[in-house]
Amino acid sequence: MAISIRGLTKKFGDFTAVDSLDLEIKSGEFFSMLGPSGSGKTTVLRMIAGFELPTQGQVLLYDEDVTNKAPFDRDVNTVFQDYALFPHLSVIENVEYGLKVRKVPKKERLERAMEALSKVHLADFADRKPAQLSGGQRQRVALARAIVVEPKILLLDEPLGALDLKLREKMQIELKELQRELGITFIFVTHDQDEALTLSDRIAIFNNGKIEQIGTPQELYEQPATEFVARFVGTANVFEPEQSNKLFGINAQTMIRPEQVELGSTGDSAEVLEVIYLGSTIRFIVDLNGQQLIAEVSASDDNAKSYRRGATVKVKMSKTDLVKLT
Amino acid sequence: MRISRSATIILGFISSLVLAVIYLPLVIVFINSFNKSMNMEWPPPGFTLNWWVRAFGSGGLIAALGTSVVIALCASLVALVLGTLLALALSRYKFFGKESIGLMVILPIALPGIVTGLALNNAFRTVLGLQLSMATVIIAHATFCIVTVYNNVLARLSRTNRNLEDASADLGAGIFTTFRLITLPQIGSALIAGGLLAFALSFDEIIVTTFTAGAGVETLPIWILNNMFRPGKAPVVDVVAVTTVLISVIPLYFAQKLSRDDAK
Repeated sequence: MAISIRGLTKKFGDFTAVDSLDLEIKSGEFFSMLGPSGSGKTTVLRMIAGFELPTQGQVLLYDEDVTNKAPFDRDVNTVFQDYALFPHLSVIENVEYGLKVRKVPKKERLERAMEALSKVHLADFADRKPAQLSGGQRQRVALARAIVVEPKILLLDEPLGALDLKLREKMQIELKELQRELGITFIFVTHDQDEALTLSDRIAIFNNGKIEQIGTPQELYEQPATEFVARFVGTANVFEPEQSNKLFGINAQTMIRPEQVELGSTGDSAEVLEVIYLGSTIRFIVDLNGQQLIAEVSASDDNAKSYRRGATVKVKMSKTDLVKLT
Repeated sequence: MRISRSATIILGFISSLVLAVIYLPLVIVFINSFNKSMNMEWPPPGFTLNWWVRAFGSGGLIAALGTSVVIALCASLVALVLGTLLALALSRYKFFGKESIGLMVILPIALPGIVTGLALNNAFRTVLGLQLSMATVIIAHATFCIVTVYNNVLARLSRTNRNLEDASADLGAGIFTTFRLITLPQIGSALIAGGLLAFALSFDEIIVTTFTAGAGVETLPIWILNNMFRPGKAPVVDVVAVTTVLISVIPLYFAQKLSRDDAK
């Protein structure tokens, strides 16, 4: 295991940011911690890096207890949300910083720093100051600075949060490639579910300082364990036990994904409340006996295109697509 | 905001008057230092460099100047070290009594010099049983010099990114390496500005000095006080006054310039 977290708790005064958390992360994994702001994911990351000391519990990196070790004694490196580049140093000086404080000879550290800069396609910017770079370029410098010291684990705290959408998508691909190339463990904190689904081997969903569920993107989407996960990862139609009983004969909270709600000529009658065109799909909000449902249909479906607001459609849901929540 | 013409004239007149009240006497001192008349006749019957030559030829004066410079340098140095440590502690850590300590650090600047002087005089002589000396003056000056360093560094630290220090530690740097390579370059100009202000404060201080200086410790302001009413010394005192003003004003100018450049 690259990281084992046991009973990790962090309290700030009366507020419990992280609540007796257990977590195992395998070596070489791209692991994401996904959750809304204030759910404790960044605090866990900061405790792994050593910036915060846990109130209780342990952090083990490759079976070594590092719970009380200082950040400079841990074999992990962090890419900060605001990049935290040293403003008074040039790009190359920023990147070689970790080697300099480790007393690597000047010639070797310059070579390694340049190599890291080429990996993030910034070799031509070595002599600039951080203030002369764009957001995306600063992001790359932060990455190069962290990987140049060859950590076993790289921690990324919402590293793409400050970038615009196009750049973010590009950086996502580059991050994934970089992780494959380096073969090290990436721990990625984000509140963006698309980003987490795109990048991760496994994802932990955080809520109120606890992990709601851990799984592959597919598992989380297809088999969410709780209502929170169902709603946070993708879009969900959630049925309370009473309605679920009426519709399907299952006396428990259940959920179904919008694309599994079929609109057609068979099934129960429902009224179309809203039609939202999304490009590749069309999203319908329909009223089925007082229960609002979201249905998503491929935009190439000619029948679906003809449904207008106020029209009556037939809704069919298969019981096998239904997921029981706890 | 637009101001009418008459208002501009009135406001301009009042501003000029205020500035004149502050600076005209200084100008008179400056002119008098070249006044040919020994009794400071006004208008001056003629001009001479005599007093300047006399002033800088007098051993007592040069010694006083040296004493003042040494005291101001030492007090500033003490203030730089302690003020920086305080600012770091109060901006980077949470601890019990933090607000009270912050207030206690800046209070000495508001305390009347005569109270500080008396209190320190008592503490040094009666309680600690120390001989008053140059060292006691340095300690006394440091109490209010700390404030300028502390304020400058604290303001700077609040504007620098805390993550920089975390990032440095993350990359393997120990506490002292981080301070040297990351924190110090960030607060460098604030340190210089604070240190220059501290120097200026200490250099022309007289009240606290009179209470804490040992026998034979004569700073420039004390020299002026001692010589002001001696017959025939007035022109030389003017020379010293001009010198004192210059030595105080120059660091102040650079401190201001530094703070301004950083704010950009």
